[in-house]
Amino acid sequence: MTDTNATEPAPIQLPEGIWTQPAVDTSAVAELDAVEAVKIVRAPAKLVYDYTPGLATTRFLRAIKEKRLVGERCSQTNKVYLPPRGVSPVSGLMTTEQVELGHDGTIVSYCVVNLDFTGNAQEIPYVSALILVDGADIPIYGLVREIPYDQVRPGLRLKSVWVEDSELTTSFENIKWWAPNGEPDVPASELTDQV
Amino acid sequence: MRDVAIIATAQTKHVRAATATNEVELIQPVIQEVIERSGIDRHGFDFTCSGSSDYLQGQPFSFVMTLDAVAAWPPISESHVEMDGAWALYEAWVKIQTGHADTALVYSYGKSSPGDLPRVLSRMLDPYYEAPLWPTSVDVAALQARAAIMAGVTSEQAMADIAYRSRTSAANNPFAQLQSSAQPSALMDEEYLADPLRKHDCAPITDGGVAIVLAAGDKARALCSRPAWIRGIDHRADGHHLNLRDLTTSPSASIAAEKAGVANGPIEIAELHTCFTHHEPILRSALGLGDSVEVNPSGGPLAANPMMAAGLLRIVEVANRIHSGDVSRGVAHATGGHALQHNLVAVLEGEG
Amino acid sequence: MGAERVAVVGVGQTKYSAMRGDVSLPGLLREATFRALEDAQMTLADIDAIVIGKAPDFFEGIMVPEYSLVQALGAVGKPMFRVHTAGSVSGSTAVVASGLIESGVHERVLTIGWEMQSCSEAMWALSLNMPFQQQLVAGAGGYFAPYIRQYIERSNAPDDTGVLVALKDRQNALNNPYAHLHEHGITYDSVKDSLMLWDPIRYSETCPSSDGAIALILTNEAGGDAATAEGRPPAWVHGTSFRSEPAMAAGRDQVSPQAGKDCAADVFRQAGITNPRKQIDVVEMYVPFSWYEPMWLENLGFAEEGTGWQLTHDGATAMDGDLPVNCSGGVLSTNPIGASGMIRFGEAALQVRGMAGAHQIDGARKAVGHAYGGAAQFYAMWVVGSDKP
Repeated sequence: MTDTNATEPAPIQLPEGIWTQPAVDTSAVAELDAVEAVKIVRAPAKLVYDYTPGLATTRFLRAIKEKRLVGERCSQTNKVYLPPRGVSPVSGLMTTEQVELGHDGTIVSYCVVNLDFTGNAQEIPYVSALILVDGADIPIYGLVREIPYDQVRPGLRLKSVWVEDSELTTSFENIKWWAPNGEPDVPASELTDQV
Repeated sequence: MRDVAIIATAQTKHVRAATATNEVELIQPVIQEVIERSGIDRHGFDFTCSGSSDYLQGQPFSFVMTLDAVAAWPPISESHVEMDGAWALYEAWVKIQTGHADTALVYSYGKSSPGDLPRVLSRMLDPYYEAPLWPTSVDVAALQARAAIMAGVTSEQAMADIAYRSRTSAANNPFAQLQSSAQPSALMDEEYLADPLRKHDCAPITDGGVAIVLAAGDKARALCSRPAWIRGIDHRADGHHLNLRDLTTSPSASIAAEKAGVANGPIEIAELHTCFTHHEPILRSALGLGDSVEVNPSGGPLAANPMMAAGLLRIVEVANRIHSGDVSRGVAHATGGHALQHNLVAVLEGEG
Repeated sequence: MGAERVAVVGVGQTKYSAMRGDVSLPGLLREATFRALEDAQMTLADIDAIVIGKAPDFFEGIMVPEYSLVQALGAVGKPMFRVHTAGSVSGSTAVVASGLIESGVHERVLTIGWEMQSCSEAMWALSLNMPFQQQLVAGAGGYFAPYIRQYIERSNAPDDTGVLVALKDRQNALNNPYAHLHEHGITYDSVKDSLMLWDPIRYSETCPSSDGAIALILTNEAGGDAATAEGRPPAWVHGTSFRSEPAMAAGRDQVSPQAGKDCAADVFRQAGITNPRKQIDVVEMYVPFSWYEPMWLENLGFAEEGTGWQLTHDGATAMDGDLPVNCSGGVLSTNPIGASGMIRFGEAALQVRGMAGAHQIDGARKAVGHAYGGAAQFYAMWVVGSDKP
């Protein structure tokens, strides 16, 4: 999982002009002058880890496999966290109350991206947005599609677009992207404390 | 210097693998418990400090998610070390000495189960000469054990006796992972893991965490009936490269012990961060501990070794015995790096 | 402040570049260390303790590299400490080092911030795809860009505010021989015309990835007095602070985080600063994406909410303005992640010692060093002055 050298690495280019090797007296070792000085030590490394999602993430991912978005509520502040973290960052208490959330949300803010960072041959430009899912108190990131990028705006109402039922797994990637749901925009004044 | 004491402690039941919980869920109950025991409101700590390791967890910036467990809202004065929690305690102790804090919450944790721990630890070596050979932590320790046996500092038999003594002591420690041991003669019959080390000579792989609360002067006295005062604390490092130092001694542990004032009074117990049996005689000698000093009554790391927390846990075990009145003066030791390269020593005392 | 005053008597930096292929890891740190020792007129033998800070070890592919550097840094038999607080790290490191002196535990401390990002793959380490966690599909800048866009909406800042900041910082870097990027041909148009990566952040408004190290030598008051007597005035530490907040607390404002505000309020209180705009002469703040200049100016209290961009547009933050920001070129010109925090702190110290060379602000007597990290959640700051506090 932390595979640092999966493919043949590119050869290393040393920048011109700043390579200096201090002169070393090698006379004590015969023929050392004929040996090329070491400039780079390339040491591939690979470590395998078995990660534990934890109880909260497990609950969340099992629900998302069933096409359900489930957050957790902090008993002290009543705020609903999506994705749940098992612990409320404000109270420090475990968040055990599960809260079913809908599939719709509102754009809080967004940016237009001009380089493909998805690794999925994403068409550019594309929109990455902070989306407040209905019922949640913190936004999540999501791709926004099915709308020209220059029409995307805070307050836009979206619905999540999912993979085919047969492709559902325990992964965030069940949600392919978010698209306008046709509802009127949420006014900016209602969004200010959600960033 | 201000008087600073440990006034509350908490630890997990240490286990081979906490497969259901992630690191945050592992440490949250421990933090919750120590806060309640301290009598301080969870938003009332002047400083918070933690110790953990990205490489252990297999995630860069791994400590960030754990901040959720300390309710850092409103924002807190907080820091983190990429070392054992004993050094997080040291940073908190210094913070209190500056006068910028009177109370501090310190925690550390490690799940060794996700990775192949001995192999992960091979990354903690000189990247040019040593790491590319991928010696595991056990291999490096074995080199030191061999040197110590050849120098007459210890023997395989003595090491087996230490393993037996430590794990049977742990029968009295409800948090320990290993609480019993076969007889030394049976241990000696086992195959080598890395000659001269056998499995019993090595600490187990453990998931676990620890938290403590520090308080200064009268605040400590108000909150705790018998505070465990930190009378002295110091840490030192030796050189790294295995061929450039004497592996049969630990000069940095000796210096730290001297600066911490170990010899200033009688020592009743010593909790030493010995992940390998041969570390015990090396450290006994380095710290100047006589044969009458009981070492690792808790069982020590040989009974439970939550990485990045095992050193802080030694301090906890001494503090607990002071809190209970069993002990008036004890030494706690923590180590980092391979072959006892980096050492911290703390002297704890109870009053009266 | 605690009982003991803290003086910065030595500052040493490496030449920063994308890949320092000419030095090993020990060589990189020793370059900065020896320059600092030379500045302080000390040797390694004079140092009581070493405090090192850097970002995740995955950036170099070495777990706790400090252990293999003990001999190279003259730390055998001495206390060696490793701080890791994400991007703010070497700012926090300087705060920890300062605390060792302030508390009276040590008298002379060497503190180093460093990163050798060319060893491993910094981009990989920064956005490692962790199982069970949502993948960031927009890269590191994609995390911050929506918040920057929020700032623009809230403040009505002109669209080219970021361009002005990037131009200023990179032109300032031309006066700093150590800076990584020396873009001699940079102009307003070259910045504006560069590829828009995450609207509104353009390629030329984004920090580079650098190798480098910075070392500071801190001493107690007696050490500072001795340096003064020898004609090498130190920078005196007037206040230090750190603050953290959780990444995902409901109610967090990631445009102007509370932790940043609290960190600034604490350090200004310690330093007796009641009007930062007037009383601070020069600022080194952690600006990895251009828009963070106006955002941090507001967050730290140099400008009212919604008006930070005016200082940029008015030229107040230029070298000839009345609140110069990032005369060194800032993070936009040099970014070895583990060192960037301490570089801010060190540059602030150089300014009040009159030792910033071609990027010196004449008469600077009070300066701020600022570092931040994580999801805009970790902050470390110090205030330094030419006079004792």
